[in-house]
Amino acid sequence: MRRMEPLIRRTLGALLVACSVVAGNLVAEENPRDPYEGFNRSMFAVNEVVDKYAAKPVAQAYDSVAPLPVKAAVGNFFGNTGELWVGVNSALQGKFADAGIDIGRLLINSTIGIFGLFDVASELGLERHDEDFGQTLAVWGVGDGGFVFWPGLGPRTVRDTAGWGVDYAVDPVRFFDPTGVRDGAMIVRFVDIRASLLPSDKVVEEAALDKYAYIRDAYLQRRRNQIYDGRPPRQDDDY
Amino acid sequence: MHKMKKLIALAAVACLSLPAFAQQPPNDLVQQVTEEVLEIIRKDRDIQNGSTSKVIELVDKKVLPHFNFTRMTALAVGKDWRKATPPQQQQLAGEFKTLLVRTYANALTGYRNQKVVYKPFKMKPDETDVLVRTEVQQPGNKPIQLDYSLELKDGAWKVYDVTVAGISLVTNYRDQFGQEVRNGGIDGLVASIAAKNRSLEASQAKAEKK
Repeated sequence: MRRMEPLIRRTLGALLVACSVVAGNLVAEENPRDPYEGFNRSMFAVNEVVDKYAAKPVAQAYDSVAPLPVKAAVGNFFGNTGELWVGVNSALQGKFADAGIDIGRLLINSTIGIFGLFDVASELGLERHDEDFGQTLAVWGVGDGGFVFWPGLGPRTVRDTAGWGVDYAVDPVRFFDPTGVRDGAMIVRFVDIRASLLPSDKVVEEAALDKYAYIRDAYLQRRRNQIYDGRPPRQDDDY
Repeated sequence: MHKMKKLIALAAVACLSLPAFAQQPPNDLVQQVTEEVLEIIRKDRDIQNGSTSKVIELVDKKVLPHFNFTRMTALAVGKDWRKATPPQQQQLAGEFKTLLVRTYANALTGYRNQKVVYKPFKMKPDETDVLVRTEVQQPGNKPIQLDYSLELKDGAWKVYDVTVAGISLVTNYRDQFGQEVRNGGIDGLVASIAAKNRSLEASQAKAEKK
């Protein structure tokens, strides 16, 4: 368990190396949004195997064992640990009213909501926002830099990878003490996130002609929607 | 003579109410169809136990009449749509419809404790293309944004795109379809969707026998 932190650091190092390899591979490909498609597809294949034999079975076990209130409390708790950073990002994007709501949510849920286990703020009508540093970079005008599929981390753009690095650096869960609690919390959070994706697994499996392309395009559309806070401008749908 | 007058009056009323009915506001239409379908699913044990054929029957009867599949397919195919001949377009729309119905009807069998919330809706009286926004709320998870694009065609509102969490179920196919067209032309695309449909049908038939 104590090896978790160096492991993540090593993974990050590997990602950086991979980054430079990818950058060196910049050959004109057919899809302008996916310049590293060859690399991405092989990483996707690796991830599929790891998911099938490790992440998904654990998530399925958690999903069937944990009763709904427990799952809700877990989701709420980790949502609450990220609330301050959501507020900071709202502010960095100039949405100060939203930032106020985010801080209000943090205060209410950390106290009345018992350490964030209950999302009382939502019931009071304070809506949860979905912000991270990658979205902030996008609002500041940073281009997405192309799509990348990372082993372990999954789909990102180059911009969102940088955003994720900052999100990770300030992640409160990393500062949980002792380290056993910290590592346990990180694992539970990962399993909870994976479990929340279980229902969409089957749909993707059935709907996609090419699973990699389906997931890539869904990721890019979803990110665009998040960056525009659920109201993206229409794209040209000429045909 | 009296009878005649009555008849004319009746006809006039019918004429007046017909366009009024046709122009049921698009948000009302979405809400009415959604609630109707969810009500049926709530009561139907077979569907809750994962009967694909039964839920497809339900979708066919209640949902599909409100969809414009030609427009949907054109949107999914993108620029290559104009390369397709009318019979090819018809084939494409048919196969695409089967694919969408199969995959997403299946998702409906997973419906349990969710609640659909309808967002406030405003439109100008002369608008013919609108977005109806809803949200699916589920305990312990973030609400999921679920939006419908509708257009007014021949006096009726028809859905031509569905967006889940910002992901269009239609345009998400554009790159995959483009790839198929590059590899095997329009006929190649039709063939690969048809093959996908057949394999889904086979695995669902197997699952249902169990």
